[in-house]
Amino acid sequence: MASEHLQPAETFSPIFGRLTLDWIPIHEPILIGTFAGVALGGLLVFALMTYFRLWVPFWKNWVTTVDHKKIGIMYMVLAFVMMVRGFADALMMRGQQAMAAGGSEGWLPPHHYDQVFTAHGVIMIFFVAMAFVTGFMNYVMPLQIGARDVAFPFLNNFSFWMTVAGALLVNISLFVGEFARVGWLAFPPLSGANYSTGPGMDYYLWALQIAGVGTTLSGINMIATIVKMRAPGMKLMDMPIFTWTALITNVLIVAAFPVLTATLALLTLDRYMDFRFFTNDFGGNAMMYVNLIWIWGHPEVYILIIPCFGIISEIVSTFSRKPIFGYRTMVWATGCIMVLSFVVWLHHFFTMGSGADVNTFFGITTMIIAVPTGVKIFNWLFTMYKGRVRLEVPMLWTIGFLVTFTIGGMTGVMLAVPPVDFQLHNTLFLIAHFHNVIIGGVVFAVFAGVTYWWPKAFGFKLDEVWGKRAFWLWFVGFYVAFMPLYALGLMGVTRRMNMYPDAGWQPYFIVAAIGALLILAGILCNFMNFYVSIRDRKRLACGSDPWDARTLEWATQSPPAPYNFPEDVSVVGREAFWQMKKENYEFSTDYQPIHMPMGTASGVIISGLALIFGFAMVWYIWWLAIATFVAMLAVGIAHTFNYNRDYYIPADEVRQTEAKGALV
Amino acid sequence: MSTATPAEEQSIVEPLADRPMHHAREARPHEDPHAHSSPTPVGFWIYLMSDCVIFGALFATYAVLGGSYAGGPVPKDLFEPGFIAVETALLLFSSVTFGLAMLRAGKADTNGTLMWLAVTALFGAGFIGMEIYEFNHLIHLGAGPDRSAFLSSFFALVGTHGLHVTGGLIWLITLMVQIRMHGLIGPNMQRLGTLSMFWHFLDLVWIGVFSFVYLVRLI
Amino acid sequence: MYRTRNLLLAAAGAVALSGCQYDVLSPAGWVGDQQRDLLIISVLLMLIVILPVLFMSVYFPLRYRADREDTSDYDPEFEHSNKLEAVVWGVPILIIVALGYYTYVYTHRLDPYRPLDHLEAGAPVEVQAVSLDWKWLFIYPEQGIASVNELVVPAGRPINFSLSSSTVMNTLSIPALGGMVYSMAGMETKLHLIADEEGVYPGRSAHYSGPGFAGMVFDTTATSDEEFDAWVEGIRAEAGPLTRETYLALEEPSMNEPVRHYGSVEDGLFGRIVEMCVEEDKVCMGHMMMVDQNGGGGLEGIGDAAAYSYDRGRTIDGFGNRIELPPLESHGSGHGTGHGTDHEALNDSEAPNGLAYVLAMDPNALCSPFGTQTEKEINGI
Repeated sequence: MASEHLQPAETFSPIFGRLTLDWIPIHEPILIGTFAGVALGGLLVFALMTYFRLWVPFWKNWVTTVDHKKIGIMYMVLAFVMMVRGFADALMMRGQQAMAAGGSEGWLPPHHYDQVFTAHGVIMIFFVAMAFVTGFMNYVMPLQIGARDVAFPFLNNFSFWMTVAGALLVNISLFVGEFARVGWLAFPPLSGANYSTGPGMDYYLWALQIAGVGTTLSGINMIATIVKMRAPGMKLMDMPIFTWTALITNVLIVAAFPVLTATLALLTLDRYMDFRFFTNDFGGNAMMYVNLIWIWGHPEVYILIIPCFGIISEIVSTFSRKPIFGYRTMVWATGCIMVLSFVVWLHHFFTMGSGADVNTFFGITTMIIAVPTGVKIFNWLFTMYKGRVRLEVPMLWTIGFLVTFTIGGMTGVMLAVPPVDFQLHNTLFLIAHFHNVIIGGVVFAVFAGVTYWWPKAFGFKLDEVWGKRAFWLWFVGFYVAFMPLYALGLMGVTRRMNMYPDAGWQPYFIVAAIGALLILAGILCNFMNFYVSIRDRKRLACGSDPWDARTLEWATQSPPAPYNFPEDVSVVGREAFWQMKKENYEFSTDYQPIHMPMGTASGVIISGLALIFGFAMVWYIWWLAIATFVAMLAVGIAHTFNYNRDYYIPADEVRQTEAKGALV
Repeated sequence: MSTATPAEEQSIVEPLADRPMHHAREARPHEDPHAHSSPTPVGFWIYLMSDCVIFGALFATYAVLGGSYAGGPVPKDLFEPGFIAVETALLLFSSVTFGLAMLRAGKADTNGTLMWLAVTALFGAGFIGMEIYEFNHLIHLGAGPDRSAFLSSFFALVGTHGLHVTGGLIWLITLMVQIRMHGLIGPNMQRLGTLSMFWHFLDLVWIGVFSFVYLVRLI
Repeated sequence: MYRTRNLLLAAAGAVALSGCQYDVLSPAGWVGDQQRDLLIISVLLMLIVILPVLFMSVYFPLRYRADREDTSDYDPEFEHSNKLEAVVWGVPILIIVALGYYTYVYTHRLDPYRPLDHLEAGAPVEVQAVSLDWKWLFIYPEQGIASVNELVVPAGRPINFSLSSSTVMNTLSIPALGGMVYSMAGMETKLHLIADEEGVYPGRSAHYSGPGFAGMVFDTTATSDEEFDAWVEGIRAEAGPLTRETYLALEEPSMNEPVRHYGSVEDGLFGRIVEMCVEEDKVCMGHMMMVDQNGGGGLEGIGDAAAYSYDRGRTIDGFGNRIELPPLESHGSGHGTGHGTDHEALNDSEAPNGLAYVLAMDPNALCSPFGTQTEKEINGI
């Protein structure tokens, strides 16, 4: 026996499948504590919602809404909640590695630690970073192009709830069974039927598959929106940079996510029905999985960062009081990145024995991506040049982004050189690199964007003092947490080790853990900022255009009315709102009824069924899986029998809403 | 999942009728009332492209693993050319009959449309029936997807296509009911158009499957 | 270039002296040295553009802040400049061209598959490294010995690794000597390293492979030729044999294995490990591919699934314990396993693609699909 612990015996009952009481982790004090916390918190929320009679408004105004703005906000809420979960995992890992040196086993056995690092990666990528950027695209993009909503509003609601269903499935695995212990990309054969028995890997597959449906559909929806719903007169080359990046991101999503869907489906077939795609035996080929998953995986990292480039572009331009420098270059550079992102995937496994020619090709294509990315950074710098830069909180995050992302880009190019990668592959240098670009790039840009668009969404600014505290704690915390990992990487220290023999590494890990605590303080400041700002919303109220911004979303009220614009805006040239301000343009007061989509419960119902379906599949509860699948079909079909999906907001109501304050 | 294809989605945000222009507008171009035609066809095209990528991944898998028999049977041992030809003919004919249904719909002939749609559904069901028979036959022989990587990739590729056709059939029947209920109204015509795109797309994919999985391997 | 390199080496050395071993920056072998040089070259090349960017990122927002005293240089129309565009595209492209050149040269020079005979070092040592759950097995085919979780090599002589794995993927990583390469079941990969200086260097698996992963660590001891020979002799004299049976026992999952030695190694064992046919009645990968190329096993081959099954017998639970599953059920007729089943065993063994015939084939006589003739001799197939 390799371990004194044993996995619960594989049993099967027709009613509960392979789910037995042994799979409830009552012997894990950490999980019991977490469960108690979650349950108490849930009960409190439940009680408060009931006491204040919020359930019906919540259902009507949020759950069943098809309003892209509310869906955008819900994506952001989901991302923040999941960030807490993912960050808790990060703290556990930092704690473990700070302890487990030179023979000490730390506080997490491998069975637990390996789940933690897998869950951390999966959650941070799929349910935090993805949810953040999808939230921004949902909220901002339709406003920027002067649309009333996205092209397929119901689909948007459905996509969101599918993402939630995937996130819930990951979290259910905390308390019922276990999560995968395979690393975030789940390379077979380790993730196959024989080397990952138990439900953990199945939670992974179904959670990502369910969330992936939402992501793909959302991508289709956004492209159709940008292609078809732009305000009259807005040419493609007039679109704000953020909308451009949203378009390119969603093209990447639609081109790349189906590969993930197919790859995960093949692995699912391997695990459930003894298919032989990625097995060692029967002619299977595990390296094919590695290729397929990275053909999705590399574009995926650009799916995360490209919208953030858009956010930074908008903020730099607004806070420098200048149009973005090199608009066309910006667009073309993003397009180059989109195309190139599909021809670099092999750089993730230079060490798998491809020949020197293949490695050289993929190494050089990877470096070439640095060129358009570098151009973007220069364009942001030259936007500030000869501008009037206001160093408010969004701009602080932006400067933090520029500095940190540039360093991360440099270490990325180092890893793109195959012989250097032979040494640094799978070391903590790699970990430091991608946190450098994901925290320094995505997270900093997201916080910049949250601070920037918060007043649009709620009508008041975020508190400046707490915002600055959060920034500095995050910024310093990042460097304290990850510079030691670069150093460890240069010592050749491997990632994902739950313990290590060399006590000389321990001081570095302790410093990294302190950095994680600083980031924790930063996160607390973020939440404190939300609390303080909501409490002091009267003091922070700011009208509809607090930053003297340039793009169309600022032409609406803050928060925007459900119909966004009281009339169909027509646009000439770039920076539509800046031009409107120059022309002293005002919306007409001759209001017309506005045609709007109606909310629907179909999306949340199908997604709820998908969640149960996923759970049933994880535990082999076949009857429940069949029942929920049929029910999903039935609800979907029933939805198509509803032809009554729209309504008109009467002109009077528009008049009243606009009278409350439109353009300031 | 087939329940949520964009085709199900109706274009809801449609432009209002022409309205008088407002002040300070003269410098701006005349608003085109048809600027926002329905996004459904575009959206559905994009969906088909994403589906294409899924099939692309499965074709690639078949290309890589199609020769890994693990000492088991090869295509020549398993596939019957005549059977496959009939199966293919059924699907191709169903595309033709769908085209006829579209022609009738263009002439606002509800009953003619329904009749041709029913014929299409019959052909489609025949195709699916033959495929189920073939799968069942192979599994009964022991040449199921667990026998070799070749068979795994075969079952996955052909099975995925079959699932799509099944989804199309469910959609087809649903739409027939809806046409009976409401006639060939705007939303139904749009659904008919998107389903037609879907059906022809599956036909196209099948031509790929037929050539790549069966024809080439049997010659 | 060389002066800066020495400076950086000195800096790296200083850090190394401070207690921690920066193996990547101060390696102990030619391969690692070259990789370190390339790392430094690439950093220096990139700093040409990174340093100005970092400077401008901080300087511009401060220099052009809105509340500066003299805002006469505010130019809200400045949004395009062909000159600047040329610079921001041109300079990074030039740097990438330079870096691409170095990448091309070094990637070919340091291809892990390329033998190090151009170094004019001593005669190479062959080592066949197998990642097992969760330990490393090193077979020395020329010396006819094997060790677990201990690698001893003579300093100054190239080490030619042949890598494979019994179940899941791992990578063999000895940072002080140079880069890593994956080990994968059913496949043989190559890695060529050299230790220029005597010393003890940590090695490990650098690809997560399951619950015992962190314990897959070993010491790499680079010694003089004499000490190496003495080490080999000592093992030959004292340790037991590594046969197919003892290998299968060793292959059972276990964690934090102590060092262990084998005084002799059964002929062709590594070949059988790579081909996944150490067990009796399992078809070797090479034979399977041969059968597949010759038109497969036909309908009769359907029943032979058990002879091709590998992963099922190695199933583990989440804590790394073996789970025993009943053997694979046989569908269809099958060739039988050559143990005198009633299914025309005699005819079968003569049929070129029949299972009995394939199982009876001598793996040593078959051309391995993984390597050339010379490598075959090395592997002892």
